Amino acid sequence: MRRQIPLVITFIVGSVLIISVFIPHKPFGRLGENFSVYFDIIAVFAFILGGGNLLRVHGNRIYRKHKDWPYSMVTVAGFLVMMIAGLFKIGGSPGITGDLTEPGSMFEELYMYVFTPLMATMFALLAFFVASASYRAFRAKNREATILLLAAFVILLGRTPFGVKLTSWLPGSLSFLEIPNLATWIMSVPNMAGQRAILIGIALGVIAMALRVILGVERTYLGADSD
Amino acid sequence: MEFFEKLMSIDRRVIFLFVGAALIVPLFLDIEQKIEITPEVQTLYDAFMELPPGSKVLMTFDYDPPSAPELQPQAITALRLCFDRNLKVIIIGLWPMGPMQANLALETIFIEKKYLDREPIYGVDYVNLGYSPGNELVIQRMGSSIPSTFPRDFRGTPIEEIPLMQGIVNFSNLDFILNLSAGYPGTVEWVQFAVDRFHATMGACNTAVQAPLVYPYVHTGQLTGLSGGMKGAAEFEVLTGFTGKGTKFMLSQSFAHIIVVLFIIIGNIAYFVTRGREKEKIG
Repeated sequence: MRRQIPLVITFIVGSVLIISVFIPHKPFGRLGENFSVYFDIIAVFAFILGGGNLLRVHGNRIYRKHKDWPYSMVTVAGFLVMMIAGLFKIGGSPGITGDLTEPGSMFEELYMYVFTPLMATMFALLAFFVASASYRAFRAKNREATILLLAAFVILLGRTPFGVKLTSWLPGSLSFLEIPNLATWIMSVPNMAGQRAILIGIALGVIAMALRVILGVERTYLGADSD
Repeated sequence: MEFFEKLMSIDRRVIFLFVGAALIVPLFLDIEQKIEITPEVQTLYDAFMELPPGSKVLMTFDYDPPSAPELQPQAITALRLCFDRNLKVIIIGLWPMGPMQANLALETIFIEKKYLDREPIYGVDYVNLGYSPGNELVIQRMGSSIPSTFPRDFRGTPIEEIPLMQGIVNFSNLDFILNLSAGYPGTVEWVQFAVDRFHATMGACNTAVQAPLVYPYVHTGQLTGLSGGMKGAAEFEVLTGFTGKGTKFMLSQSFAHIIVVLFIIIGNIAYFVTRGREKEKIG
Protein backbone atom coordinates (compact mmCIF):
# COMPACT_ATOMS: atom_id res chain seq x y z
CA MET A 1 0.00 0.00 0.00
CA ARG A 2 2.86 2.39 0.77
CA ARG A 3 3.87 2.11 -2.88
CA GLN A 4 0.51 1.66 -4.58
CA ILE A 5 -1.23 4.78 -3.20
CA PRO A 6 1.49 7.28 -4.29
CA LEU A 7 1.62 5.58 -7.71
CA VAL A 8 -2.16 5.90 -8.13
CA ILE A 9 -2.13 9.56 -6.99
CA THR A 10 0.73 10.33 -9.41
CA PHE A 11 -1.07 8.61 -12.28
CA ILE A 12 -4.39 10.42 -11.69
CA VAL A 13 -2.88 13.89 -11.09
CA GLY A 14 -0.40 13.59 -13.96
CA SER A 15 -3.00 12.35 -16.43
CA VAL A 16 -5.58 15.01 -15.46
CA LEU A 17 -3.00 17.83 -15.71
CA ILE A 18 -1.96 16.68 -19.20
CA ILE A 19 -5.56 16.26 -20.38
CA SER A 20 -6.53 19.68 -18.94
CA VAL A 21 -3.98 21.35 -21.25
CA PHE A 22 -5.61 19.86 -24.34
CA ILE A 23 -9.22 19.90 -23.06
CA PRO A 24 -9.51 22.98 -20.80
CA HIS A 25 -13.23 22.37 -20.20
CA LYS A 26 -15.26 20.66 -17.49
CA PRO A 27 -14.34 18.50 -15.70
CA PHE A 28 -10.65 18.49 -16.66
CA GLY A 29 -10.06 22.27 -16.61
CA ARG A 30 -11.50 22.59 -13.11
CA LEU A 31 -9.69 19.49 -11.84
CA GLY A 32 -6.40 20.77 -13.24
CA GLU A 33 -6.85 24.06 -11.34
CA ASN A 34 -7.74 22.24 -8.13
CA PHE A 35 -4.70 20.01 -8.35
CA SER A 36 -2.47 23.06 -8.75
CA VAL A 37 -4.09 24.58 -5.62
CA TYR A 38 -3.16 21.41 -3.70
CA PHE A 39 0.43 22.36 -4.42
CA ASP A 40 0.04 25.35 -2.04
CA ILE A 41 -1.27 23.09 0.71
CA ILE A 42 1.59 20.63 0.27
CA ALA A 43 4.08 23.54 0.10
CA VAL A 44 2.92 24.80 3.52
CA PHE A 45 3.76 21.42 5.07
CA ALA A 46 7.04 21.37 3.13
CA PHE A 47 7.98 24.74 4.64
CA ILE A 48 7.27 23.43 8.16
CA LEU A 49 9.13 20.21 7.40
CA GLY A 50 12.07 22.15 5.96
CA GLY A 51 12.31 24.47 8.97
CA GLY A 52 12.00 21.56 11.39
CA ASN A 53 14.64 19.58 9.52
CA LEU A 54 17.04 22.54 9.55
CA LEU A 55 16.66 22.85 13.34
CA ARG A 56 17.03 19.08 13.85
CA VAL A 57 20.18 18.72 11.70
CA HIS A 58 21.97 21.80 13.02
CA GLY A 59 20.70 21.29 16.59
CA ASN A 60 22.23 17.83 16.49
CA ARG A 61 25.54 19.22 15.23
CA ILE A 62 25.65 21.80 18.02
CA TYR A 63 24.68 19.26 20.70
CA ARG A 64 27.35 16.78 19.58
CA LYS A 65 29.94 19.52 18.93
CA HIS A 66 30.51 18.28 15.37
CA LYS A 67 33.21 19.83 13.18
CA ASP A 68 32.35 23.47 12.36
CA TRP A 69 29.48 23.47 14.88
CA PRO A 70 29.77 27.27 15.44
CA TYR A 71 28.54 27.72 11.85
CA SER A 72 25.46 25.71 12.77
CA MET A 73 24.93 28.11 15.67
CA VAL A 74 24.94 31.02 13.23
CA THR A 75 22.51 29.18 10.91
CA VAL A 76 20.05 28.40 13.71
CA ALA A 77 20.33 31.91 15.20
CA GLY A 78 19.78 33.51 11.77
CA PHE A 79 16.79 31.27 11.08
CA LEU A 80 15.15 31.95 14.47
CA VAL A 81 15.78 35.72 14.44
CA MET A 82 14.31 36.16 10.93
CA MET A 83 11.37 33.89 11.75
CA ILE A 84 10.55 35.70 15.01
CA ALA A 85 10.94 39.12 13.35
CA GLY A 86 8.55 38.03 10.61
CA LEU A 87 6.01 36.10 12.68
CA PHE A 88 5.61 38.68 15.45
CA LYS A 89 6.03 41.69 13.11
CA ILE A 90 8.44 43.35 15.54
CA GLY A 91 8.55 47.08 14.88
CA GLY A 92 5.75 46.84 12.30
CA SER A 93 1.97 46.69 12.25
CA PRO A 94 0.66 44.01 14.62
CA GLY A 95 -1.84 41.32 13.70
CA ILE A 96 -1.78 38.35 11.39
CA THR A 97 -2.49 40.45 8.28
CA GLY A 98 -0.12 43.31 9.20
CA ASP A 99 2.66 44.31 6.80
CA LEU A 100 5.86 42.64 8.01
CA THR A 101 7.95 44.58 5.50
CA GLU A 102 6.81 48.11 6.26
CA PRO A 103 9.69 50.58 6.64
CA GLY A 104 11.20 50.42 10.11
CA SER A 105 10.07 46.89 10.91
CA MET A 106 12.75 44.54 12.22
CA PHE A 107 12.23 42.14 9.30
CA GLU A 108 12.74 44.92 6.77
CA GLU A 109 15.84 46.24 8.56
CA LEU A 110 17.35 42.75 8.78
CA TYR A 111 16.60 42.14 5.11
CA MET A 112 18.11 45.44 3.98
CA TYR A 113 21.13 45.71 6.23
CA VAL A 114 22.08 42.08 6.96
CA PHE A 115 20.61 39.66 4.44
CA THR A 116 21.08 41.72 1.26
CA PRO A 117 24.74 42.70 1.88
CA LEU A 118 25.62 39.13 2.92
CA MET A 119 24.08 37.58 -0.18
CA ALA A 120 25.55 40.26 -2.45
CA THR A 121 29.00 39.72 -0.94
CA MET A 122 28.84 35.98 -1.51
CA PHE A 123 27.88 36.47 -5.15
CA ALA A 124 30.39 39.27 -5.72
CA LEU A 125 33.23 36.91 -4.80
CA LEU A 126 32.43 35.01 -7.99
CA ALA A 127 33.98 37.79 -10.09
CA PHE A 128 37.35 37.21 -8.43
CA PHE A 129 37.22 33.43 -8.69
CA VAL A 130 36.05 33.54 -12.31
CA ALA A 131 38.99 35.82 -13.20
CA SER A 132 41.45 33.50 -11.46
CA ALA A 133 39.91 30.37 -13.02
CA SER A 134 39.90 31.98 -16.50
CA TYR A 135 43.60 32.79 -16.17
CA ARG A 136 44.48 29.18 -15.31
CA ALA A 137 42.00 27.23 -17.43
CA PHE A 138 41.38 29.26 -20.59
CA ARG A 139 44.17 27.87 -22.79
CA ALA A 140 44.19 27.55 -26.57
CA LYS A 141 45.29 23.92 -26.28
CA ASN A 142 43.41 22.68 -29.35
CA ARG A 143 41.11 23.91 -32.12
CA GLU A 144 37.89 23.67 -30.06
CA ALA A 145 39.44 25.47 -27.09
CA THR A 146 40.73 28.21 -29.41
CA ILE A 147 37.26 28.78 -30.89
CA LEU A 148 35.82 28.94 -27.38
CA LEU A 149 38.53 31.37 -26.34
CA LEU A 150 37.94 33.67 -29.31
CA ALA A 151 34.18 33.62 -28.77
CA ALA A 152 34.73 34.49 -25.09
CA PHE A 153 36.98 37.41 -26.07
CA VAL A 154 34.41 38.78 -28.50
CA ILE A 155 31.55 38.47 -26.00
CA LEU A 156 33.59 39.93 -23.11
CA LEU A 157 34.73 42.91 -25.16
CA GLY A 158 31.49 43.22 -27.12
CA ARG A 159 29.62 43.85 -23.89
CA THR A 160 31.74 46.90 -23.09
CA PRO A 161 32.01 50.42 -24.56
CA PHE A 162 35.74 49.65 -24.93
CA GLY A 163 34.85 46.96 -27.48
CA VAL A 164 32.94 49.58 -29.50
CA LYS A 165 35.95 51.90 -29.58
CA LEU A 166 38.41 49.14 -30.40
CA THR A 167 36.98 48.47 -33.87
CA SER A 168 35.07 51.69 -34.60
CA TRP A 169 37.78 52.67 -37.15
CA LEU A 170 36.70 49.88 -39.51
CA PRO A 171 35.10 51.16 -42.77
CA GLY A 172 31.36 50.77 -43.22
CA SER A 173 31.74 47.85 -45.62
CA LEU A 174 33.50 45.90 -42.85
CA SER A 175 31.16 46.92 -40.04
CA PHE A 176 30.16 43.27 -39.57
CA LEU A 177 33.67 42.77 -38.16
CA GLU A 178 33.13 45.33 -35.39
CA ILE A 179 33.31 43.58 -32.03
CA PRO A 180 29.76 44.49 -30.83
CA ASN A 181 28.34 43.22 -34.16
CA LEU A 182 30.36 40.03 -33.88
CA ALA A 183 29.11 39.60 -30.29
CA THR A 184 25.51 40.05 -31.44
CA TRP A 185 26.09 37.53 -34.25
CA ILE A 186 27.57 34.97 -31.84
CA MET A 187 24.58 35.38 -29.52
CA SER A 188 21.98 35.34 -32.30
CA VAL A 189 23.31 32.55 -34.51
CA PRO A 190 25.68 29.94 -32.98
CA ASN A 191 24.43 30.50 -29.43
CA MET A 192 20.79 30.39 -30.46
CA ALA A 193 21.27 27.26 -32.57
CA GLY A 194 22.92 25.54 -29.62
CA GLN A 195 20.31 26.74 -27.16
CA ARG A 196 17.47 25.58 -29.41
CA ALA A 197 19.05 22.13 -29.71
CA ILE A 198 19.41 21.97 -25.92
CA LEU A 199 15.83 23.17 -25.37
CA ILE A 200 14.43 20.58 -27.78
CA GLY A 201 16.54 17.89 -26.14
CA ILE A 202 15.38 18.94 -22.67
CA ALA A 203 11.73 19.02 -23.79
CA LEU A 204 11.95 15.49 -25.20
CA GLY A 205 13.71 14.32 -22.05
CA VAL A 206 11.05 15.92 -19.83
CA ILE A 207 8.25 14.27 -21.85
CA ALA A 208 9.93 10.88 -21.58
CA MET A 209 10.60 11.30 -17.86
CA ALA A 210 7.06 12.56 -17.16
CA LEU A 211 5.57 9.54 -18.93
CA ARG A 212 7.84 7.20 -16.97
CA VAL A 213 6.75 8.81 -13.68
CA ILE A 214 3.02 8.89 -14.56
CA LEU A 215 3.04 5.29 -15.74
CA GLY A 216 4.92 4.15 -12.64
CA VAL A 217 8.05 2.99 -14.50
CA GLU A 218 10.22 5.58 -12.73
CA ARG A 219 9.84 5.11 -8.96
CA THR A 220 12.96 6.67 -7.46
CA TYR A 221 10.89 9.56 -6.06
CA LEU A 222 9.23 7.06 -3.72
CA GLY A 223 12.45 6.57 -1.78
CA ALA A 224 15.04 3.88 -1.25
CA ASP A 225 12.58 0.99 -0.75
CA SER A 226 10.61 1.84 -3.91
CA ASP A 227 11.33 -1.51 -5.57
CA MET B 1 62.24 31.34 -18.82
CA GLU B 2 61.84 31.91 -15.12
CA PHE B 3 59.63 34.90 -15.81
CA PHE B 4 57.12 32.86 -17.84
CA GLU B 5 57.19 29.99 -15.38
CA LYS B 6 56.45 32.44 -12.62
CA LEU B 7 53.60 33.81 -14.70
CA MET B 8 52.17 30.31 -15.07
CA SER B 9 52.02 29.89 -11.31
CA ILE B 10 51.10 33.44 -10.39
CA ASP B 11 49.50 33.81 -6.96
CA ARG B 12 45.76 34.13 -7.37
CA ARG B 13 45.75 37.00 -4.85
CA VAL B 14 47.59 39.09 -7.46
CA ILE B 15 44.70 38.45 -9.89
CA PHE B 16 42.21 39.28 -7.14
CA LEU B 17 44.04 42.56 -6.53
CA PHE B 18 43.86 43.58 -10.20
CA VAL B 19 40.19 42.60 -10.50
CA GLY B 20 39.41 44.49 -7.26
CA ALA B 21 41.15 47.60 -8.57
CA ALA B 22 39.40 47.28 -11.95
CA LEU B 23 36.05 47.17 -10.18
CA ILE B 24 36.61 49.89 -7.58
CA VAL B 25 38.68 52.57 -9.36
CA PRO B 26 36.15 53.23 -12.18
CA LEU B 27 33.50 54.06 -9.57
CA PHE B 28 35.49 57.24 -8.87
CA LEU B 29 36.13 58.09 -12.53
CA ASP B 30 33.96 60.19 -14.76
CA ILE B 31 34.54 58.71 -18.20
CA GLU B 32 32.01 59.15 -20.97
CA GLN B 33 30.92 55.81 -22.38
CA LYS B 34 29.35 55.12 -25.73
CA ILE B 35 26.66 52.58 -25.04
CA GLU B 36 25.37 50.93 -28.21
CA ILE B 37 21.71 50.01 -28.16
CA THR B 38 21.01 46.40 -29.15
CA PRO B 39 17.79 45.57 -31.07
CA GLU B 40 16.48 43.42 -28.18
CA VAL B 41 16.58 46.28 -25.65
CA GLN B 42 15.19 48.73 -28.22
CA THR B 43 12.23 46.36 -28.78
CA LEU B 44 11.61 46.18 -25.03
CA TYR B 45 11.69 49.96 -24.70
CA ASP B 46 9.39 50.36 -27.74
CA ALA B 47 6.91 47.91 -26.20
CA PHE B 48 6.62 50.16 -23.12
CA MET B 49 6.33 53.29 -25.24
CA GLU B 50 3.53 51.82 -27.34
CA LEU B 51 1.35 51.17 -24.28
CA PRO B 52 -1.32 53.87 -23.86
CA PRO B 53 -1.53 55.63 -20.46
CA GLY B 54 -3.52 53.62 -17.94
CA SER B 55 -2.36 50.28 -19.35
CA LYS B 56 -1.78 47.56 -16.79
CA VAL B 57 1.72 46.11 -16.57
CA LEU B 58 2.51 43.00 -14.55
CA MET B 59 6.07 43.06 -13.24
CA THR B 60 7.34 39.77 -11.88
CA PHE B 61 10.36 39.98 -9.61
CA ASP B 62 11.94 36.55 -9.85
CA TYR B 63 15.33 37.22 -8.31
CA ASP B 64 17.04 37.78 -4.98
CA PRO B 65 19.83 40.06 -3.64
CA PRO B 66 22.80 38.27 -5.30
CA SER B 67 21.40 39.20 -8.73
CA ALA B 68 20.34 42.69 -7.65
CA PRO B 69 23.40 44.52 -9.06
CA GLU B 70 22.31 43.49 -12.55
CA LEU B 71 18.54 43.37 -12.19
CA GLN B 72 17.76 46.14 -9.70
CA PRO B 73 18.84 48.95 -12.07
CA GLN B 74 16.62 47.39 -14.76
CA ALA B 75 13.71 47.16 -12.33
CA ILE B 76 14.17 50.79 -11.27
CA THR B 77 14.30 51.95 -14.90
CA ALA B 78 11.21 49.95 -15.85
CA LEU B 79 9.26 51.22 -12.82
CA ARG B 80 10.26 54.84 -13.52
CA LEU B 81 9.21 54.42 -17.15
CA CYS B 82 5.83 53.04 -16.03
CA PHE B 83 5.20 55.85 -13.54
CA ASP B 84 6.34 58.54 -16.00
CA ARG B 85 3.98 57.19 -18.66
CA ASN B 86 1.13 56.66 -16.18
CA LEU B 87 1.12 52.90 -16.62
CA LYS B 88 -0.38 50.90 -13.75
CA VAL B 89 2.03 48.42 -12.18
CA ILE B 90 1.12 45.11 -10.56
CA ILE B 91 4.05 43.45 -8.81
CA ILE B 92 4.38 39.79 -7.91
CA GLY B 93 7.24 37.39 -7.20
CA LEU B 94 7.79 33.71 -7.84
CA TRP B 95 10.93 33.99 -5.72
CA PRO B 96 10.38 34.69 -2.00
CA MET B 97 12.76 37.67 -2.05
CA GLY B 98 11.30 39.16 -5.23
CA PRO B 99 8.59 41.38 -3.68
CA MET B 100 11.13 42.73 -1.19
CA GLN B 101 13.41 43.68 -4.08
CA ALA B 102 10.43 45.46 -5.66
CA ASN B 103 9.88 47.41 -2.44
CA LEU B 104 13.56 48.43 -2.39
CA ALA B 105 13.30 49.60 -6.01
CA LEU B 106 10.19 51.63 -5.20
CA GLU B 107 11.88 53.21 -2.17
CA THR B 108 14.82 54.20 -4.39
CA ILE B 109 12.48 55.84 -6.87
CA PHE B 110 10.24 57.65 -4.40
CA ILE B 111 13.10 59.58 -2.80
CA GLU B 112 13.82 61.22 -6.17
CA LYS B 113 12.89 64.88 -6.28
CA LYS B 114 10.39 64.50 -9.13
CA TYR B 115 8.33 61.99 -7.15
CA LEU B 116 8.39 63.85 -3.80
CA ASP B 117 5.45 66.03 -4.85
CA ARG B 118 3.55 63.45 -6.86
CA GLU B 119 4.40 60.04 -5.44
CA PRO B 120 2.42 57.27 -7.17
CA ILE B 121 -0.46 56.09 -4.99
CA TYR B 122 -0.35 52.57 -3.63
CA GLY B 123 -3.37 50.56 -4.75
CA VAL B 124 -4.16 53.01 -7.54
CA ASP B 125 -0.93 53.41 -9.53
CA TYR B 126 0.85 50.32 -8.29
CA VAL B 127 0.35 47.33 -6.04
CA ASN B 128 2.61 44.63 -4.65
CA LEU B 129 0.80 41.28 -4.45
CA GLY B 130 3.77 39.51 -2.89
CA TYR B 131 5.14 36.02 -3.31
CA SER B 132 3.27 32.83 -4.04
CA PRO B 133 4.87 29.37 -3.89
CA GLY B 134 4.32 26.93 -6.73
CA ASN B 135 6.68 28.12 -9.47
CA GLU B 136 5.07 27.58 -12.89
CA LEU B 137 1.85 26.39 -11.26
CA VAL B 138 1.34 29.96 -10.02
CA ILE B 139 1.51 31.20 -13.62
CA GLN B 140 -0.91 28.51 -14.70
CA ARG B 141 -3.38 29.49 -11.95
CA MET B 142 -3.01 33.17 -12.80
CA GLY B 143 -4.16 32.25 -16.30
CA SER B 144 -7.46 31.19 -14.76
CA SER B 145 -7.79 33.67 -11.90
CA ILE B 146 -5.34 36.22 -10.55
CA PRO B 147 -7.52 37.13 -7.52
CA SER B 148 -7.72 33.51 -6.36
CA THR B 149 -3.95 33.08 -6.84
CA PHE B 150 -3.21 36.27 -4.90
CA PRO B 151 -6.21 36.80 -2.56
CA ARG B 152 -4.30 39.45 -0.54
CA ASP B 153 -1.54 41.90 -1.37
CA PHE B 154 1.90 42.02 0.28
CA ARG B 155 0.50 44.25 3.05
CA GLY B 156 -2.37 41.88 3.80
CA THR B 157 -5.12 43.92 2.14
CA PRO B 158 -7.84 41.77 0.50
CA ILE B 159 -7.49 42.07 -3.27
CA GLU B 160 -11.14 43.13 -3.74
CA GLU B 161 -10.39 46.28 -1.70
CA ILE B 162 -7.58 47.38 -4.05
CA PRO B 163 -8.86 49.80 -6.73
CA LEU B 164 -6.14 48.86 -9.24
CA MET B 165 -7.17 45.20 -9.14
CA GLN B 166 -10.81 45.88 -9.99
CA GLY B 167 -11.73 44.13 -13.22
CA ILE B 168 -8.54 42.10 -13.38
CA VAL B 169 -9.37 38.42 -13.73
CA ASN B 170 -6.53 36.86 -15.70
CA PHE B 171 -3.78 37.60 -18.23
CA SER B 172 -6.30 38.85 -20.80
CA ASN B 173 -6.84 41.91 -18.56
CA LEU B 174 -3.15 42.78 -18.56
CA ASP B 175 -1.50 44.76 -21.34
CA PHE B 176 2.11 43.75 -20.82
CA ILE B 177 4.23 41.51 -18.61
CA LEU B 178 7.83 42.29 -17.66
CA ASN B 179 9.70 39.41 -16.13
CA LEU B 180 12.86 40.20 -14.16
CA SER B 181 14.55 36.87 -13.78
CA ALA B 182 17.74 35.32 -12.44
CA GLY B 183 16.93 31.65 -12.99
CA TYR B 184 14.21 29.15 -12.15
CA PRO B 185 11.34 29.90 -12.04
CA GLY B 186 11.77 32.74 -14.47
CA THR B 187 11.56 33.81 -18.09
CA VAL B 188 11.46 30.29 -19.56
CA GLU B 189 8.47 29.32 -17.39
CA TRP B 190 6.67 32.62 -18.07
CA VAL B 191 7.11 32.09 -21.82
CA GLN B 192 5.91 28.49 -21.63
CA PHE B 193 2.77 29.28 -19.64
CA ALA B 194 1.80 32.96 -19.82
CA VAL B 195 2.88 33.56 -23.43
CA ASP B 196 2.40 30.20 -25.15
CA ARG B 197 -0.66 29.00 -23.27
CA PHE B 198 -2.46 32.22 -22.37
CA HIS B 199 -1.16 34.44 -25.23
CA ALA B 200 0.15 37.23 -23.01
CA THR B 201 2.64 39.80 -24.36
CA MET B 202 5.88 39.70 -22.42
CA GLY B 203 9.35 41.22 -22.29
CA ALA B 204 12.20 40.18 -20.02
CA CYS B 205 15.13 41.54 -18.06
CA ASN B 206 17.67 38.85 -17.28
CA THR B 207 21.07 38.41 -15.71
CA ALA B 208 23.93 38.24 -18.23
CA VAL B 209 24.35 34.54 -17.48
CA GLN B 210 20.72 33.74 -18.19
CA ALA B 211 20.20 35.96 -21.24
CA PRO B 212 21.80 33.55 -23.78
CA LEU B 213 19.38 30.83 -22.65
CA VAL B 214 16.31 32.88 -23.57
CA TYR B 215 17.61 34.34 -26.84
CA PRO B 216 15.68 31.77 -28.92
CA TYR B 217 12.41 33.16 -27.51
CA VAL B 218 13.26 36.68 -28.72
CA HIS B 219 13.81 35.58 -32.29
CA THR B 220 10.60 33.56 -32.41
CA GLY B 221 8.64 36.58 -31.16
CA GLN B 222 7.60 34.84 -27.94
CA LEU B 223 9.52 37.52 -26.04
CA THR B 224 8.88 41.15 -26.89
CA GLY B 225 12.33 42.46 -26.08
CA LEU B 226 15.12 41.33 -23.81
CA SER B 227 17.50 43.26 -21.63
CA GLY B 228 20.47 41.21 -20.43
CA GLY B 229 22.84 41.96 -17.57
CA MET B 230 24.54 45.24 -16.71
CA LYS B 231 24.88 46.09 -20.39
CA GLY B 232 21.13 45.73 -20.87
CA ALA B 233 20.54 47.87 -17.77
CA ALA B 234 22.81 50.59 -19.16
CA GLU B 235 21.10 50.47 -22.57
CA PHE B 236 17.67 50.65 -20.95
CA GLU B 237 18.80 53.68 -18.94
CA VAL B 238 20.22 55.41 -22.02
CA LEU B 239 16.92 54.92 -23.87
CA THR B 240 14.89 56.37 -21.00
CA GLY B 241 17.33 59.25 -20.57
CA PHE B 242 18.05 58.38 -16.97
CA THR B 243 21.59 57.74 -15.74
CA GLY B 244 21.43 55.22 -12.94
CA LYS B 245 23.52 52.43 -11.50
CA GLY B 246 23.40 50.43 -14.73
CA THR B 247 25.41 53.07 -16.58
CA LYS B 248 27.64 53.79 -13.59
CA PHE B 249 28.50 50.14 -12.92
CA MET B 250 28.99 49.47 -16.63
CA LEU B 251 32.35 51.24 -16.42
CA SER B 252 33.48 48.90 -13.63
CA GLN B 253 32.28 45.90 -15.59
CA SER B 254 34.14 47.12 -18.70
CA PHE B 255 37.40 47.48 -16.81
CA ALA B 256 36.93 44.07 -15.16
CA HIS B 257 36.29 42.44 -18.56
CA ILE B 258 39.43 44.05 -19.98
CA ILE B 259 41.48 42.82 -17.02
CA VAL B 260 40.13 39.28 -17.45
CA VAL B 261 40.91 39.36 -21.21
CA LEU B 262 44.44 40.65 -20.54
CA PHE B 263 45.07 37.94 -17.96
CA ILE B 264 43.85 35.26 -20.38
CA ILE B 265 46.17 36.59 -23.10
CA ILE B 266 49.13 36.72 -20.68
CA GLY B 267 48.30 33.21 -19.44
CA ASN B 268 48.25 31.87 -23.01
CA ILE B 269 51.55 33.56 -23.94
CA ALA B 270 53.19 32.07 -20.86
CA TYR B 271 51.63 28.68 -21.66
CA PHE B 272 52.93 28.59 -25.24
CA VAL B 273 56.42 29.86 -24.33
CA THR B 274 56.89 27.32 -21.52
CA ARG B 275 55.38 24.51 -23.61
CA GLY B 276 57.70 25.34 -26.54
CA ARG B 277 60.74 25.21 -24.30
CA GLU B 278 59.63 21.95 -22.72
CA LYS B 279 59.35 20.45 -26.23
CA GLU B 280 62.84 21.73 -27.04
CA LYS B 281 64.18 20.03 -23.90
CA ILE B 282 62.51 16.72 -24.77
CA GLY B 283 63.65 16.97 -28.41
